[in-house]
Amino acid sequence: MTETTDAAEQARTAPDSTSAPLLEVRDLQVEFHTKAGVAQAINGLNFTVHPGETLAILGESGSGKSVTAQTIMGILDMPPGKIAGGEIRYRGEDLLTMPEEKRRKLRGVSISMIFQDALSSLNPVFPVGWQIAEMFRIHRKMKKKEAKQEAVELMRRVGIPAAEKRVWDFPHEFSGGMRQRIMIAMAIALDPDLLIADEPTTALDVTVQAQVMDLLLDLQKEYNMGLILITHDLGVVADVADKIAVMYAGRVMESADVYEIYASPSHPYTRGLLDSIPRIDGGEERLKAIEGLPPMLTNLPAGCPFSPRCPMATDLCRTERPELERVVDGHYSACHYSAQIYDDLRGGAA
Amino acid sequence: MSEISRAQTEQSEGSTTGRTTKEAEASLWADAWRSLRSNPWFIVSGAILVVMIVMALFPQLFTNTSPGECLLGRSRQEPSAEHWFGTDVQGCDYYTRVIYGARTSIAVGLLVALGTVVISIVLGTLAGFYGKVVDAVISRIGDMIFAVPYVLGAIVFLNVIDDRGILEVSFILTIFMWPMTMRLMRGAVMSVVNNEYVMAARALGAGNLTIMRRHILPNSLAPILGYSAILVGIIISAEAALTYLGVGLQLPSISWGLQLSNAQNYIQTYPHLMVFPLIFVALTVFAFTIMGDAIRDAIDPKAKK
Repeated sequence: MTETTDAAEQARTAPDSTSAPLLEVRDLQVEFHTKAGVAQAINGLNFTVHPGETLAILGESGSGKSVTAQTIMGILDMPPGKIAGGEIRYRGEDLLTMPEEKRRKLRGVSISMIFQDALSSLNPVFPVGWQIAEMFRIHRKMKKKEAKQEAVELMRRVGIPAAEKRVWDFPHEFSGGMRQRIMIAMAIALDPDLLIADEPTTALDVTVQAQVMDLLLDLQKEYNMGLILITHDLGVVADVADKIAVMYAGRVMESADVYEIYASPSHPYTRGLLDSIPRIDGGEERLKAIEGLPPMLTNLPAGCPFSPRCPMATDLCRTERPELERVVDGHYSACHYSAQIYDDLRGGAA
Repeated sequence: MSEISRAQTEQSEGSTTGRTTKEAEASLWADAWRSLRSNPWFIVSGAILVVMIVMALFPQLFTNTSPGECLLGRSRQEPSAEHWFGTDVQGCDYYTRVIYGARTSIAVGLLVALGTVVISIVLGTLAGFYGKVVDAVISRIGDMIFAVPYVLGAIVFLNVIDDRGILEVSFILTIFMWPMTMRLMRGAVMSVVNNEYVMAARALGAGNLTIMRRHILPNSLAPILGYSAILVGIIISAEAALTYLGVGLQLPSISWGLQLSNAQNYIQTYPHLMVFPLIFVALTVFAFTIMGDAIRDAIDPKAKK
């Protein structure tokens, strides 16, 4: 089974997973100090991204997806945020201990980011072309005219019609999809190695979503970028990701390549998520929602954070927190019973 | 992306505004200027201000009489064909005196407004952007000054200065006026600093200076720039008020404030001594205020169309 998934993965994008990882997050812990107490937004997060690979971080609201992105970028508001431990290695170098000035020079150049709402992510008082050109002027010391030329070129590349005419229009004069394209243009302007996309299509119409996602993948292939795609949309993930990390309460619950996750989800939470997708052939059944709400981050359960909502939870789950452990090669799950679930699923399938 | 999907893109998302080709580079300021030019209020207030400023720079253009040409024999005459605004207590042509008064009043107004706005932009941006200790220090100093009513403060300080000219009065007014505009600026900066585009700029590698210059300043200047013109009006009346109270400019300076001050004893008998400088003060303050509103509207990009 693992062989076939590997082969499929190779055929799809051929990410270079044997080479040195681009980004390695190890045991990352982020807290927020609030009046209500310490909210543990991220509790021991681990994942790896290789060059040219797409990792989808999947999770509900409040699972720590965006905090993860902001922490990697180094744009987390501190305080109230605080990095309590762990390391983020970019090409082997720990970003968290790096001098701020050196880290700033990586931003936009080596590691770049796209935000959810492009309207509020673009400066409202400058024309979009000016903002794209600014990237070249600041980081590449280009002359005004040359930078403008590059900006028009880039706008054309991301599919803005009549780019030369629209280069001096303001952000509010564009539609949502066009604005997100402009944001993408700015993010890839300097040919970064790693792109973090924080819910890049959530604010868009469904039809436009697909176009923007296509563009993003096109560009990823063209520039051979590592891509971290943060989303809560299982539909988006299935099409584009190589690997998936399912987050819950600031931890990775399960991670594997995309086929493996869909074929044999070995964590009850992942199964719950997959079951909650409405199916067109599902008859008149009610939607299967996961019962209950995510835990308060200020007051996490002692054992597995999912145990209060888990249909399979036992006393062991309520007292002892399961670590992320190997199920089969390349498939990790943080559940005491993941091996059992996996075997059941395999057995049932066979 | 394939040609087909690109064509679809154009159809579905296409150009949202059907505007004609825009050749020139439309910077923020060029756009603001374009919107200002079509605002009738801007034109009216602009015209008044141009007249006032020309009056301040070249009073000779408006009158051939010297302001020092005073004959006690014609003291306190009513307005007439010969003396349009009548004459004052000293027998000087009042029209000439009022024309010459524009210079000091507008000079004080512009000087103080400039000083106040520059101080406020710098300190307000630092306080709003860095917050914490920087904000605490700047804001508390401002609060201490703010706690003293400017009239009181000006009376105390100007009283000890013997030779009170334009610079002295302007300096004292600046000291007492910056905390208010600094708060305005600080508030505007704080409302901008948490915007997503500031975060996005940081994520794309902008440093603090770039962020302040490119993102914070342009987005938080509108209130203070709009207010600065209004401020000139306030300062002109403040100068008049201080002078009226006897702690502002002194004779032989010629200013609207001094004229109002001298007229106070004759309000009932010779109202023209009060009315003419008052009209000029009011007109100038009005023009600056309207101008301020127009500028504020113009530099808000969303209010443009």
